[in-house]
Amino acid sequence: MLSFVLRRLGVVIPTFFGVTILAFALIHMIPGDPIVVMAGERGMSDERHAELAAQLGIDRPLIEQYLAYIGNVLTGNLGESFVSRTPVLTEFLELFPATLELSISAMLIAVVLGLPAGIIAAINRGKWPDHTLMGAALTGYSMPIFWWALILILVFSGYLGWTPVTNRISLLYFFEPVTGFMLIDSLLSGQPGAFWSAVHHLILPATALATIPMAVIARMTRSSMLEVLSDDYIRTARAKGLSPRRVIGIHALRNALIPVITVIGLQVGALFAGAILTETIFAWPGIGKWLVESISRRDYPVVQGGILLVATTVILVNLTVDILYGVVDPRIRRRG
Amino acid sequence: MKKLIGASVMAIAASTAFATSAGAQTLIFCSEGSPENFSPALSTAGTTFTASSTPIYNRLAQFDRGTTSVIPGLAESWDVSDDGLTYTFNLREGVPFHSTGYFTPSRDFNADDVMFSFERQLDTEHPFHNISGGTYTYFNGMGMGDLIESIDRVDDYTVRFNLTQPVSPFLSNLAMDFASIYSAEYAEQMMDAGTPEQLDLQPIGTGPWVFQAYQRDAVIRYLRNNDYWGGPAGVENLIYSITPDPQVRYQKLLAGECHIMAYPNPADLEQMEANEDVNVMTQEGLNVGYLAFNTEREPFDNRDVREALAMAVDRQAILDAVFQGAGQIATNPIPPTMWSWNGEVVDHEYDPDAARALLAEAGYPDGFSTDIWAMPVQRPYNPNARRMAELIQEDWAQIGVDAEIISYEWGEYLQRSRDGEHDTVLLGWTGDNGDPDNFLNDLLGCAAAEVGNNRARWCHEPFESLIQEARTISNQDERTPLYEQAQAVFKEEVPWLTVAHSVVFVPMRSEVEGYIIDPLGSFGFYEVTLAE
Repeated sequence: MLSFVLRRLGVVIPTFFGVTILAFALIHMIPGDPIVVMAGERGMSDERHAELAAQLGIDRPLIEQYLAYIGNVLTGNLGESFVSRTPVLTEFLELFPATLELSISAMLIAVVLGLPAGIIAAINRGKWPDHTLMGAALTGYSMPIFWWALILILVFSGYLGWTPVTNRISLLYFFEPVTGFMLIDSLLSGQPGAFWSAVHHLILPATALATIPMAVIARMTRSSMLEVLSDDYIRTARAKGLSPRRVIGIHALRNALIPVITVIGLQVGALFAGAILTETIFAWPGIGKWLVESISRRDYPVVQGGILLVATTVILVNLTVDILYGVVDPRIRRRG
Repeated sequence: MKKLIGASVMAIAASTAFATSAGAQTLIFCSEGSPENFSPALSTAGTTFTASSTPIYNRLAQFDRGTTSVIPGLAESWDVSDDGLTYTFNLREGVPFHSTGYFTPSRDFNADDVMFSFERQLDTEHPFHNISGGTYTYFNGMGMGDLIESIDRVDDYTVRFNLTQPVSPFLSNLAMDFASIYSAEYAEQMMDAGTPEQLDLQPIGTGPWVFQAYQRDAVIRYLRNNDYWGGPAGVENLIYSITPDPQVRYQKLLAGECHIMAYPNPADLEQMEANEDVNVMTQEGLNVGYLAFNTEREPFDNRDVREALAMAVDRQAILDAVFQGAGQIATNPIPPTMWSWNGEVVDHEYDPDAARALLAEAGYPDGFSTDIWAMPVQRPYNPNARRMAELIQEDWAQIGVDAEIISYEWGEYLQRSRDGEHDTVLLGWTGDNGDPDNFLNDLLGCAAAEVGNNRARWCHEPFESLIQEARTISNQDERTPLYEQAQAVFKEEVPWLTVAHSVVFVPMRSEVEGYIIDPLGSFGFYEVTLAE
């Protein structure tokens, strides 16, 4: 087991360096000078420009900039935003809990609804529940998330008036963030109604973000379930006279879940990508808007640091899934 | 599960009821973006000014709300010496700085605060000069560094600015956001505590609103300053709810989640105006969108060619297609809301036949090939440069001029057009201080041609002498005829095709009363009250 974990870790380190190089190269390949963008139509004298470039350290050769950057990263320093002059890590830690809260809620919705949908579709293969559910899943999977988010707002907030349009909690509640997770902070605040207000504000964005992973999980569960259901041991279980509920719930599901867990792990990356769009529409104060804006402002430290931190999170989640997977299924451990 | 949902819906219903009863005292503004910081001296972004200088700070001189005229602010009065080189400000007494959880002032506003606010930007050796990576883009951009020779603290309530040359827009510059007055006492405390950058993040000012809290990218909260020297504001609490998407802002307005919203989607305006719960206020923007001809290049060094190209463009079609009604045709380089705008200037009529004839007369009967540069970004003065360029391209094709549309990434676009690599370029300008000099000298003067902000690279003696003379006179009535004349010269010489001035729309709920649009582009809520 230990050697399996070590082998996995061995892959993580080069991936991490690969990400730093990619993040650095991509943002520097986009044309555009952060200082010129900052000055806008008004412009700036050449001397002033040179002075600022030196101050920001972007006048040095790229290789030198990269080495300095990597040196700082290894000592835990991600630099300061060109725009706000706040440490990148501080900004990230302030914003990331909102993204996490949204992503975790979305993932919960996706699993809680996607799994049963997949199972129901599998045991009714070819019948109307299968067609309906898989049709819905395909629709959900194909919908552009920003469009879907706007439709949800128009229908549920605008037309029906059931949900608030944006914000994480009603603006009437005001308390200093403790954990950054609004559901927890609202409980800690002890203000009556705060928690429900937070839940209420979370429902719509989480649903919008859950749609694609939900569809993927439903489809994966269905196909994995179908594969297992045709295995010999299921036939044996049925022949033994076990109730269908027991056959499906215990024998089939457990084995069918293994590939589903992997898919859930892989969806984490997709979830962050979706969160960026969802956050922009719902004005959700997570890392999405922060990253997008930093690109248009050519705020190099934020782009590089932000991508690195998000990638690290995804790598860690996948590592955990890999290891869990090895725990669940000994065959994987041996194959490595 | 059903029960759970039922319970939550009830809890929400209860909280909404609470919202409407307490809401009368809270004004919510759906803003479009997050401020970079709360320090107007450091920024160039309107979003930052709306969040900092407008609610929190004051300046020595201020713009009279809703206009561009300069009135006393923290300076009660001022005297200008006859040679225009010395400005003496008499400061207002008994103006308290904000008292908050993080700062309690021990003294009122005085000359030390003025000295601090300007010397931080002026003096590169000042202890605060490099704090927060100070670039002071506006201070330097408006030429204040070269203009101010020295500042004297005469006594506690008198400050004197000595200038290197008489420049009449100086007072207007002092009313701009970057000239906001900070608390020197607070700065000193923060420096002693080892956290000088807090000055720019947790602001202390003298303005109508006291900063309460900022949750990054989500909410900014302000409380009314009940001791405000101009009298307390109309409502007790002010909240900015940051909402980047214009359609979502509109949904929030409809749902009553905010009272006033920034920058509506032009496509939604018709629906907004039809809605009883929503009022839309409108005003001409203090800006201009233009196409500059590179007058250093052939054939644009020929005035007749420029006029022919200007006559060939159907600007009404551009207004309909690009501005969707949210604009007006520009005749002069300055907008009609600005003093000295010359209504007697006769604009070129759209006339392709006359344009073709004039082009032939100028020696180009078969036209020529050229380029049109189109900006890659949206700006109030040009919401869709690509589309605008296509329309101009079609119009020019009618008179035999074959134009290629060129675009670059925004930073590169600005740089290359500054270097004069274009034949013709689309760009625009939003006024900073409401002074005609800010348009005519900054965009069309000879110095600007050298630096590159004059994208027409047009240095024309008769025009230049008029605007330079007007720049040194401090009396507005004497300056006006000079600028009027300059606009006539401009139209005669056609360095630009003046395309349009945008129109600003501010939608708000019907219970909002007393809102005033700021022609300089900021959003301010001092006068606003909410009807029950």
